[in-house]
Amino acid sequence: MVVTSKSHRIWNRALIALVFVLVIAYLLPLYWISSTAFKPRSLATTVPPTVVFQPEVTPFVKLFTSRVQMRGEVEPEIYAKAPWYEKRVYDAGERVIKDADGNIETSGYWSRFLNSIIIAVTSTFLAVAMGTLTAYGFSRFRMPGEQDWLFFILSTRMLPPVVVAIPMFLMYRTVGLVDSHLGLIILYTAFNLSFSVWLMKGFIDEIPIEYEEAALVDGYTRMQAFFKIVLPQAATGIAATAVFCFITAWNEYAFALMMTNRKAQTAPPYIPSQLGSGVTDWTVIAAGTFLFLVPVAVFTFLLRKHLLRGVTFGAIRK
Amino acid sequence: MLARLDSGSASARRGLSDIAIRNVFIIPTIIFLVVFNIFPLIYSLGYSFTDFRASTSAPAQFIGLDNYRELLSDPYIWTNFTITAKYVLVSVGGQVLVGFGVALLLNRKVPAKGLVTTLLLLPMMMSMAVVGLFWQLLYSPSWGIINYVLGLDDFEWLSNADVALYAVALTDIWMWSPFVMLLSLAGLSAIPQHLYEAAAIDRATRWYTFTRITLPLVTPLLLIAIIFRTMEAFKTFDLAFIMTSMDTTELIAIRLYKMAFQEWQTGKSCALAYIVLIMVLAITNIYVKYLNQAKAR
Repeated sequence: MVVTSKSHRIWNRALIALVFVLVIAYLLPLYWISSTAFKPRSLATTVPPTVVFQPEVTPFVKLFTSRVQMRGEVEPEIYAKAPWYEKRVYDAGERVIKDADGNIETSGYWSRFLNSIIIAVTSTFLAVAMGTLTAYGFSRFRMPGEQDWLFFILSTRMLPPVVVAIPMFLMYRTVGLVDSHLGLIILYTAFNLSFSVWLMKGFIDEIPIEYEEAALVDGYTRMQAFFKIVLPQAATGIAATAVFCFITAWNEYAFALMMTNRKAQTAPPYIPSQLGSGVTDWTVIAAGTFLFLVPVAVFTFLLRKHLLRGVTFGAIRK
Repeated sequence: MLARLDSGSASARRGLSDIAIRNVFIIPTIIFLVVFNIFPLIYSLGYSFTDFRASTSAPAQFIGLDNYRELLSDPYIWTNFTITAKYVLVSVGGQVLVGFGVALLLNRKVPAKGLVTTLLLLPMMMSMAVVGLFWQLLYSPSWGIINYVLGLDDFEWLSNADVALYAVALTDIWMWSPFVMLLSLAGLSAIPQHLYEAAAIDRATRWYTFTRITLPLVTPLLLIAIIFRTMEAFKTFDLAFIMTSMDTTELIAIRLYKMAFQEWQTGKSCALAYIVLIMVLAITNIYVKYLNQAKAR
């Protein structure tokens, strides 16, 4: 603004201070769940809430193992021989369950986490690969009823998951895809495909058409021009689209809840399901949540320049 | 508008023809979406006219429009729609107030603005299921941090029939206000500075500047945010399903889930799904219209 009086400057400073107070208040829930993941169990649910404590990794050890409550104290010589992670569990008054060969039994978390990775990565790859080709097709060639096709593609994204899930469940049951990785991969690919087409169309529209024309003059075929000129130019866009698709698939809950129960279950339906089972150990749930959120936080930082574009399906680029 | 490749040029005639490339690139996607989205919907349209129950092996009986008639005259379903409308109103309204408010605050020189914005955007990138889960920790009546900060002891947020829906909406507001903020910020930063300078020369009041310059120029992007959030709030399943199980928080998507996967009234649930689907498609249509308008600017 032109007029910068003294009162104006003070007002401005006060507002900036307010911004920082708001940011801190906003991040408090995230801080709270993260700090709970490093608390001893006895401090997780205290009144008043515990803010200062000695952080420990016990919740993460518990997260990955099956345990039972100990009735008495552990025998000193057993404790002395135990590896560090077992000691952490003993310290918390529990012991890990072992099979006949002495191998530690793992909890269900690890396999869910792995399922999440497999399903999210595969479906992202498929959605981005198909989406990029389709976006190029729409961006560079005339297509009768183009707007209608693009609307059709986007509308599939808007379908409520429950609406799609009912018939898909019946179909999957017939062909044996219920509770399978492939079943979820197909659903997530379909869900992300429309997003990927729209976002990639935005990115490809921005690549000057002259590059390809020059390549065609130089004797490239259209296919060569696409692979050697357009794809490298679109690399940033492809990466951003892939990260968005990954996050969507990683976070998805409704389909996973309805279509899987054990073998192919992903982390989002599994983590809350621990709430109902027995006495709730919030530190373990917080640890599971923390590990699940870390990749999302990292990716959000990588994506920060493209977030606006991503949430508007590529329509607004700034 | 974008120039298209000239399909008549000699160079384009080498290799596959343009039409062939276009079809090879586009058709697989269309087929994929038709097979895995449209075909299931046709399948469920068929079932919506039957009394089929997926839990039994009894064959489906054609009962015409009975499911639709029953649903539309069922006061219980109307309650679900009312709850959903209340939820949409409160959560989208809250998101617009908070999101647009914070955007106005951030629309100045703020130290570390990029970092601040990115941090604020974190919640909306997270899984609704997981956010719902850890807000339960915050909402806990006896030791939750919310009751502690507000000085309420033992106030029930999520198992109180009157409050639970608003508690869920509050979580939704926390999660999605950044979305409104992001779009508002984009709108605000695109307003040319000279308009404000002209207004200052004319000694316009702050209020006048806000209502005559800021608001009209942000409205297109704000509308996109509102329509999109309305649609998403209307479809809400995860958050409310995870956080509570009260009758007063039974949003239409949750009712649909229960009807389909707990009561196994498959035929009837397909009919309800169609009613919801038509509403969502109507909103999508409006959304895309505004999206294309914003794109053209």
